[in-house]
Amino acid sequence: MRQGNKYLTLATLLAMAGGMGSTAALADKSTDEIAKYRQMIADGNPSELSAAQGEELWKTKRGPKNASLEQCDLGLGAGIVKGASAQLPRFFKDTGKVQDLETRLMTCMETLQGIDPKTVVNEKWLKGERDTMASLVAYIVTESNGEKINIDMKPAEMKKMYELGKMAFYYRSGPMDFACSTCHADTNKRIRLQDLPDLRSQKGAAAGWGSWPAYRVSSGQFWTMQHRLNDCYRQQRTAEPIYGSDVTIALSVYMASTANGGTVLTPGLKR
Amino acid sequence: MKKIGIIAALVVASSGAFAADEALYTEFKEMMDRSFKTTGIAAKHRMYQLDFQKECSSEKSPSAKALKAIEADQLKTIRYPADGKYSSGNWKEGEKIALSGRGLTWTDPTPDNNGGGCYNCHQMSHKEISYGTIGPSLADWGNIRGSGADNVKYTWGKIYNAKAFNGCSNMPRNGDSGILTEQQMKHLMAYLLDPESPVNKK
Ligand code: HEC
Ligand code: HEC
Repeated sequence: MRQGNKYLTLATLLAMAGGMGSTAALADKSTDEIAKYRQMIADGNPSELSAAQGEELWKTKRGPKNASLEQCDLGLGAGIVKGASAQLPRFFKDTGKVQDLETRLMTCMETLQGIDPKTVVNEKWLKGERDTMASLVAYIVTESNGEKINIDMKPAEMKKMYELGKMAFYYRSGPMDFACSTCHADTNKRIRLQDLPDLRSQKGAAAGWGSWPAYRVSSGQFWTMQHRLNDCYRQQRTAEPIYGSDVTIALSVYMASTANGGTVLTPGLKR
Repeated sequence: MKKIGIIAALVVASSGAFAADEALYTEFKEMMDRSFKTTGIAAKHRMYQLDFQKECSSEKSPSAKALKAIEADQLKTIRYPADGKYSSGNWKEGEKIALSGRGLTWTDPTPDNNGGGCYNCHQMSHKEISYGTIGPSLADWGNIRGSGADNVKYTWGKIYNAKAFNGCSNMPRNGDSGILTEQQMKHLMAYLLDPESPVNKK
């Protein structure tokens, strides 16, 4: 199902996202595809497909314990999905950890279903349990669409994660000397034609953080926030962040709490 | 004994805030250490910082004096063309390198034929509209700055190691960090300085 949109070429996307007509040659080739794209979103965000699969998976008995995830506590109480992801990451007393949506789901899969978190952590993007994760995420974040970003920064653990995340944000390393701040610490900047949100500001963070996870039209795939962060680090030319590792949680706390008060528009729709 | 005790207490008290910062920084380094792994050519040691990278890793810029020291250090890394020729490049090749952003990620197979990724950050040709704005426009670079010896040398140096002129520059050290070869940098010189290049010709 998810591969249905692979016909969208990069040329189309450049033309669409830039809204600048790019070049005549590009525009010519892609008029057709833009029409197809318009038709496609007229029926809704393509991640509705993933969300529907995710809702099904949420209710399905799986794993060694043959249980569903319906008793999973995403922070608002067992089984409550509505609005939950607008308040993540948060500090969870039962695990003693700050968790984002994906690491929290791994906890639920382990405790309720008996599924080893390693089956997610060691998997490839959009394969096996990582793919299951993406569908679950699509379902859960759809249920927070339109909610206010509301990160509880009172716990000391959250404050510390914020500080660690901020340090990670400015941490330059690798052959290009890049940090997140190279690309996301100024207003009105762009890379080629892609606008870069200033993630230091409430407005920029709300726009950037608040519109992920998202359906990426360029790849015809639904991407979770872990996937987005992984790809930013790839572009940064660092080593690869481990799935669900503390640096990804710390950065998420930094961005999400900066975005506090903004509106969640998930799943986003990105080029 | 008592005296030593008091002195020790004073030292601890006065460095309390500093000690807390140090503890947090230690925790930060441990977090970075356990959060990354080697994938493909992107080895884990990429997470360990060079001294200047560390100095340039906070919200605040280092002091003017510290920046000067970084620049002096980085200036020493620049290797000018071994044959003394800056103008043997081909602007058409230069354009390809400026446009290409490939290379050095964990999905790239080999560390060669890297792009310069210049268009990610700079306007260059008068004809290319897909350019980024992290760096200043370089359109008309040759027309405006001229091809006198000083500008030629500066342009080479800036491409080779941007930090020699602005200690915490956002621009990569293309030569020093082994992103581009000497030949590739010569092509970029032609792209920026040749009067026939679309950077200088409308
Ligand atoms: C070399 C440039 C570069 C670096 C370094 C970089 N990013 Fe990005 N980032 C981008 C670009 C370009 C986009 C635009 C989205 C796309 O790829 O389609 C983006 C998008 C994002 C978004 C989504 C914003 C939106 O509106 O869709 C977030 C969040 C983000 N980056 C966070 C980070 C974090 C955190 C880091 C550091 C770990 C980082 N980025 C490092 C270039 C970069
Ligand atoms: C990630 C961003 C980035 C990339 C990639 C980049 N630059 Fe830059 N460049 C800058 C910034 C920012 C400046 C402004 C001065 C500074 O901070 O160093 C600059 C300055 C320059 C200057 C000097 C301008 C002046 O007025 O003195 C030249 C020449 C230049 N860049 C050439 C290049 C070339 C050629 C490439 C590709 C091989 C490139 N740059 C890639 C960000 C970048």
